[in-house]
Amino acid sequence: MTITVKFFASLREQLEKSEVKLDSVNALTVAQVWTQACDEVPLPSHVLMAVNMAYVDQHTVVQDGDEVAFFPPVTGG
Amino acid sequence: MPVIVTPDPFNPWQALADHEQQLNQQGHYGAVASFVGTMRNHNEGVGVQSMWLEHYPSMTEHYLAQLAQRAQQQWSLLEVLIIHRVGQIELGQSIVLTAAWSAHRAEALAACQFLIEDLKFNAPFWKRETLQDGQQRWVEKNTSGVCVPSTTEG
Repeated sequence: MTITVKFFASLREQLEKSEVKLDSVNALTVAQVWTQACDEVPLPSHVLMAVNMAYVDQHTVVQDGDEVAFFPPVTGG
Repeated sequence: MPVIVTPDPFNPWQALADHEQQLNQQGHYGAVASFVGTMRNHNEGVGVQSMWLEHYPSMTEHYLAQLAQRAQQQWSLLEVLIIHRVGQIELGQSIVLTAAWSAHRAEALAACQFLIEDLKFNAPFWKRETLQDGQQRWVEKNTSGVCVPSTTEG
């Protein structure tokens, strides 16, 4: 399966990447997506995550074609 | 329940007036509550000259549309309007407008506060400030909107 992984704001700058495509033959949780996309960098506790533009937690299992996003606490308004 | 995310400067008062005219419900509502957030020249004790507002395209609009729906489910509202800027924002420009129309003030006031507080803590926007000395920094978190009145004596 193929997963699109996106990073936003300060997290994108720290990781120096905005989007990654992941190919995997195994089912992956969001935490495992992070680990594979970020070369084993530990998942920071404050990072928020979404699958297909809905908030999820790190234990959520992703499906083929999903878009997974990681970003810092939001500061709009 | 319009939700607008725009890179263009907007006048919140004109937007409210225009929306009321489009709504064409005069006489059906007795209360309009609105909040306008504006770009200011300081934050956390430091002078700020401008700001860049990043967002997650599509998720932002999707989240705000759901937020407007949740407000309409919680309170008896005739209408909800949310406008939010993205991109380069200069001092004094409006950043956000939340507004709610209802028959009575309690619903409109509660819904308006709900809209802006939830938006600030959940809608995927991020502010990067350019400080007076030219340095740039990401705003790390939003402050609570809960306010305790100060005591006035004498």
